[in-house]
Amino acid sequence: MNLAAPSTRRFRLPRGGGDGQSPERTLTSPLSRHQPGGRVSYAILLAVLLFATLATVVPLLWMVLGGLKTSTEIFRSPPTFLPEQWRWNNFQDSWDSLRYSLYFRNTVALAVGSWLIQIVVAATAAYSLSRLQPLFGRVILIMFIGTLMVPADAYLIPRYLTVLEVPVFGISLADTWWAVWLPAAVSAFNIFLLKSFFDQIPQDLTDAAILDGANAWQVFIQIILPLSRPVIAVVSIFAFINSWKDFFWPLLVLTDPDLQPISVALYRLSESESLNLIIAALAIASLPPLIAFLIFQRQIIAGITFSGLKG
Amino acid sequence: MSEGVATGPITELTRQSRSGSARALAGRHLTALAFLLPALLLFALFSWYPIVQGLILSFQRVDLVRPAEWIGLSNFRLIFNDPLFYQAWRNTGQFALYGLLFGYLVPFILAVAINEARHLQSYFRLAFYLPVVLPPIVSVFLWQWIYDPGSGLANTALGWVGIGPQPWLQSPDTAMLSLVILATWSNAGATMLIYLAALQGIPSSLYDAAEVDGASLWRRLLDITLPQMRFVMLITLILQIIGTMQVFTEPFVLTDGGPANATLTVMLLLYRYAFQYGNYGAASAIGLILFAALVVLSLIYLWLTRRFAQ
Repeated sequence: MNLAAPSTRRFRLPRGGGDGQSPERTLTSPLSRHQPGGRVSYAILLAVLLFATLATVVPLLWMVLGGLKTSTEIFRSPPTFLPEQWRWNNFQDSWDSLRYSLYFRNTVALAVGSWLIQIVVAATAAYSLSRLQPLFGRVILIMFIGTLMVPADAYLIPRYLTVLEVPVFGISLADTWWAVWLPAAVSAFNIFLLKSFFDQIPQDLTDAAILDGANAWQVFIQIILPLSRPVIAVVSIFAFINSWKDFFWPLLVLTDPDLQPISVALYRLSESESLNLIIAALAIASLPPLIAFLIFQRQIIAGITFSGLKG
Repeated sequence: MSEGVATGPITELTRQSRSGSARALAGRHLTALAFLLPALLLFALFSWYPIVQGLILSFQRVDLVRPAEWIGLSNFRLIFNDPLFYQAWRNTGQFALYGLLFGYLVPFILAVAINEARHLQSYFRLAFYLPVVLPPIVSVFLWQWIYDPGSGLANTALGWVGIGPQPWLQSPDTAMLSLVILATWSNAGATMLIYLAALQGIPSSLYDAAEVDGASLWRRLLDITLPQMRFVMLITLILQIIGTMQVFTEPFVLTDGGPANATLTVMLLLYRYAFQYGNYGAASAIGLILFAALVVLSLIYLWLTRRFAQ
């Protein structure tokens, strides 16, 4: 029952819908909630919580409604809440005049590339550390985990200079998508998460396959990966959402407007474009991560809980 | 961290390959290395090398025009003589402190309240988490408009409860607070989810026993909920301080450090040194100092999680 208890080291998805149907008691007991005084305070609690959700829901509504206003109505003081004329065309205009399809494609390309490289790099490394007993495996694991202690921002400058001139290879990645894809793959957390999941896959399963003559690659592809679908799903969703949210790093390494993702393009365009089109663009940019969240809520909550407890 | 490294049947295989030829053993090591290679290469290029390089650059003159040159402690002398350096740390500290005041308490209260709700729990969780999913650039621009003194939502909402209009981002006195409100709005949902999970792990027998003993709701909260949440709350505390020390996007986009440098943060100063003054060495030195501050926090965090896991 203690699926989120501190002592569990394993990664699990939460069970069931979790919509409060559990008979478990919390601070208040079911009995006390059925007493007259308890009912009143429970109703007050729900009312207060409902009111509090306005703090997040109203700004989001305000954004969508703002995207429907005319360029003069949006500056009116005091502001209107509902648009006087509902300009649905704003979304189309914003899409066209901001060259949104280009930036949308760029964002998708950056997200897909980051996701793919992240998964491949983390899964192969985690598999090796978990099952193949590489030489100095412990040292390598510690060196991976150690990077979690150095926040990426603290070595922003040397990382930027590395991208400008990659050592050994002597090439510049600036203004290529590789400048975003490759550094995104450096995630010790992914390796740690996948390794702790791989460690729990019963040894018998892989041993049997090895006795049948499967090599390490076949075990990885045919046994480990299919069994790890839930955790790979979590890593994938986070890779996608994080890449979609990324702003600072693409701003530095992608100076060519034709390569920029939505976030950087919006920052650049906000100076020149009219506010209602920008607001409409913000609403459009919010949609993909919001949809991803609504679909994958369960996995995301599991990931957050796990990462919050384990770093 | 790797106590769980495969033991058991694999030793069987190990023994087999040990008794087998040296070639088979070498092959096994090569396979293991081949799987590790992509990660080793990328970590070396984009993590280990830059971390070491950051240390070296801090003692060099780096402007990307002339070749880098060793200049000893000059970069540190330069930034220590820059009054903005101290201002940036004060501002960052202020941001972290305000952040704790709001960003630390709000998710806890929300989580405890939502955990009591037997209806609409999914909706509450969803509603408070939604801002976390938004791209930061979206929430930042959205709030820039909300904070607009004339046509914004913030002053309108204050007007409904009879409070006069505030200057928000346009006054040095309120600019930082405005940024903290925005940061809390967009991050509180994530901490709330962590707390909710921890709350659901508290055994109900504890509450039952306390209630039998006549403990009031308030006492149960103080004597059971809080102690049970202690570790999670310590960890989110340190994670939050580490996060707030690196605040950049909000002041960069909304105020560019102003008005009157009231929202100039350490990361923003680092950005200015590198990308406006072209002084990458001094920027690295700021990064190194930031790193030193954060590493202490990270060590505490690591120590806590290890204790916590046991």
